[in-house]
Amino acid sequence: MTVTTEIGKARARKEDARLVTGQTNWTDNIQLPGMVHIAFVRSPMAHARITRVDVSAARSAPGVIAAFSGADFAAEQGSLPCAWPVTPDIVMPAHPPMATDEVRYVGEIVACVVARDRYAAADAFQLVDVDYEPLPAVLDMEAALTEGSPKVHEAGNKSFEWPFAQGDLDAAFRDAPVVMERTYRQQRLIPCAMEPRATVAAVSGDEITLWSATQIPHILRFLLAVILGIPEQNLRVVAPDVGGGFGSKLQVTAEEVLTVLLARKLGRPVKWTESRSEGNLAVHHGRDQLQRIKIAAERDGRLRGLSVDLLADMGAYLMLVTPGVPLLGAFMFNAIYKMDAYSFKCTGVFTTKTPTDAYRGAGRPEATYAIEHAMDDLAAELGMDPLELRKRNWITHEEFPYTTIAGLTYDSGNYEAATAKAVELFGYDDLRKEQAERRVSGDPVQLGIGISTFTEMCGLAPSRILGSLAYGAGGWEHAAVRMLPTGKVEVVTGSSAHGQGHETAWSQIVADRLGVAFEDVRVLHGDTQVSPKGMDTYGSRSLAVGGIAVVGACDKVIEKAKTIAAGLLEVSADDLEWTPGRWSVRGDPEQGRTIGEIALATFAAHNLPDGVEPSLDSEATYDPNNFSFPHGTHLCAVEVDTETGQVKIRSYVAVDDVGVVVNPLIVEGQVHGGIAQGVAQALYEEAAYDADGNLLTTTLADYLVPSAADLPTFVTERTQTPSTTNPLGVKGVGEAGTIASTPAVVDAVIDALRPLGVRDVQMPCTAERVWRAINEAKGDAR
Amino acid sequence: MTKVSMTIDGVRYDDEVEPRMLLVHYLREVAGRIGTPVGCDTSNCGACTVLLNGLSAKSCAVLAVQADGAEITTIQGLANGEWHPLQQAFHEEHALQCGYCTPGMILAAADLLRDNPNPTEQEVREGLEGNLCRCTGYQNIVRAVMRAASASQGAAS
Repeated sequence: MTVTTEIGKARARKEDARLVTGQTNWTDNIQLPGMVHIAFVRSPMAHARITRVDVSAARSAPGVIAAFSGADFAAEQGSLPCAWPVTPDIVMPAHPPMATDEVRYVGEIVACVVARDRYAAADAFQLVDVDYEPLPAVLDMEAALTEGSPKVHEAGNKSFEWPFAQGDLDAAFRDAPVVMERTYRQQRLIPCAMEPRATVAAVSGDEITLWSATQIPHILRFLLAVILGIPEQNLRVVAPDVGGGFGSKLQVTAEEVLTVLLARKLGRPVKWTESRSEGNLAVHHGRDQLQRIKIAAERDGRLRGLSVDLLADMGAYLMLVTPGVPLLGAFMFNAIYKMDAYSFKCTGVFTTKTPTDAYRGAGRPEATYAIEHAMDDLAAELGMDPLELRKRNWITHEEFPYTTIAGLTYDSGNYEAATAKAVELFGYDDLRKEQAERRVSGDPVQLGIGISTFTEMCGLAPSRILGSLAYGAGGWEHAAVRMLPTGKVEVVTGSSAHGQGHETAWSQIVADRLGVAFEDVRVLHGDTQVSPKGMDTYGSRSLAVGGIAVVGACDKVIEKAKTIAAGLLEVSADDLEWTPGRWSVRGDPEQGRTIGEIALATFAAHNLPDGVEPSLDSEATYDPNNFSFPHGTHLCAVEVDTETGQVKIRSYVAVDDVGVVVNPLIVEGQVHGGIAQGVAQALYEEAAYDADGNLLTTTLADYLVPSAADLPTFVTERTQTPSTTNPLGVKGVGEAGTIASTPAVVDAVIDALRPLGVRDVQMPCTAERVWRAINEAKGDAR
Repeated sequence: MTKVSMTIDGVRYDDEVEPRMLLVHYLREVAGRIGTPVGCDTSNCGACTVLLNGLSAKSCAVLAVQADGAEITTIQGLANGEWHPLQQAFHEEHALQCGYCTPGMILAAADLLRDNPNPTEQEVREGLEGNLCRCTGYQNIVRAVMRAASASQGAAS
């Protein structure tokens, strides 16, 4: 029998068949008999006291079934959960899904209308009359922390302060030959998954089903049960096909809670579908940090110490993991570099803006941006090539496993190899030469090179570590493998996919492990009735945690099959050997049973050994013992027109090391899309507010998600240093590109402009900002 | 209410609709052609792109009554026994991840190739500027369109 390995094969995806033909099951496609539609009325004020809500006119409008204000839910709606109280004294204000007496950001829900169709709901919701008594908006984090600032919440504007220190920082800075201080601002971003959120809920007796465009059906079910007091066994949550998430659907939302409550109140199926302009206001935002960093170094560039003082904008409330996001960065500012001391302090600040929470990378892109940007700045200060500076500081491949100054143990990596490959593909030396020529000739179009030798921590996460960080759940993942009598296989996974390709990748893992055909495997996910256990999908955890659970379940199937095969073949189990797909007698390979034959034998169960359960079905729950540490080197060359400020990416090379690759097509796709989102932060996107706290970027005309014409072709390659902490040797890849690319692009812009006296440009580096930076630098020079 | 009559994916539909009803809502909620999704409310994202009398149109920017008498092709009507070369190419080149933009992207690309059967990569990028994707970084979408173009060229020669 020929053994073909599925791991590493560029399989086109199984998911595509429904996606390219329009047979997809988006939440908004669900139509149930008697279903009615919800429209939410949202606050137009950044901060105000609600003095009156009158829904009577809306209630009597044509086609309207019901209209409610916050008071109607006050007794049952509870408070939206925050699962990550990062310090014992954290200020965690109540967060009613529908505001009852005060609103704290534009977009907060104050009332709702339920009507026969979405048009009637949209008409009637304009008849809801709300009176507000304006309160001062709180928009700037530094101002918010000053004494006398208006308060977002009664308890004040500081949610928490989280300090962390390792090594002797004073010693590192005392007499340091070089000390560099920088302040960087991570602008606020809007995740903008292409599928707007949608919910449907239906009640049948005491059973409630919620369909939601969510990344986390399992966590959502658990938390809805807890906060609403619905017995968990009576609650089913389904994540049908979900059109992207990027963290934005890693949430327990007001709309989900209210959809469930409305279905229960009205006794009929209800549906809510978000518009994009509603979503830009109400989906949690990402990033928004002020980073003050201070580096101590030797003259030769070796790092002595790093201190980070972070202000993180929580927005108006703490959502599911809001306070934890900046802390994921705490372990990443030191990145791939060795140093003697490190300190980190994060202050979580309330403002009257949309709450922030996880957005692709969640804390690590912010940290990586700061350290990689600072390394390029430091290299410039020292008059050193930025690659050389990195080489003097990075962990060398012989040093793994390496425990960093932040206390994480990186299991494996080879920064030298990835960098060497990237430098060659990029033509680094030639580009440096061209850059020098353009500088000498005073070319109006200057060339800049940006470098990001990133790593990141993902594969969330060892449950014990999550516990030590006060996170409210574990980091394990669950899988089950069911052998059908025809020899086909069903795989149940707790990783709830929303575009990643789990159905394909998991099929490859199972085909490889069990020796069955790729086509014979079906992957089931995203419905708590089908896949009862799971921790869902975020933090680049699916393969490195969920995939390993699949391996564990397969291995149990194989072990069970061994006992049964021994019985069928009338030999001792010790005399059997496994080749993928088959147990056979050692030394007599003709004598054997395929896994399919053994599955059929358990179906009949006529001739099983005594005491053997007639089933091969197995499940496994895997708790990782470490994070996953993908790394890579991204190099970006930009051309900056110094007369217009226009930035054009000329070339972009990414060499990523994500360990063993199950499906290179999927990995490459993740890297492309990840880089694009990081480039978007560098050059295009920003959630902007006016002085009254109104979001100015509510549409895709104002919030500039890049199009195909705005992005270059990326050159992507890989090195492969297997992870040593899981049996597949895999690492996460979902967020790597986003984490890596932002500093590479911004550093390239600055690198082009340094000779003109430009030291920094605030992201996004729009033509206007770049042009202003050039002209301000000219002014300074004068 | 206004009478409208149109052919959608080869089937004739006669209905009475509110004059303000968007074509995309007519397709999804009246005709039950739910393969066409809605991604925004300002005609920026292109997820709802269909072919209207053979030309690409964002069906959120057209009223159902404006499509009276028209022939509409949605993603559900594109395959003709076997997948359209663009559907095949999107699959083979991994030009989709979550797939939400895919129906609109494929139909916009179909119109692009009708207009320019042999585009350069830059022409593909510019031609698809009105369709946003958040997952792929567009690289494999561009590859897929180029592949479908050469497949069609091959078939034609």
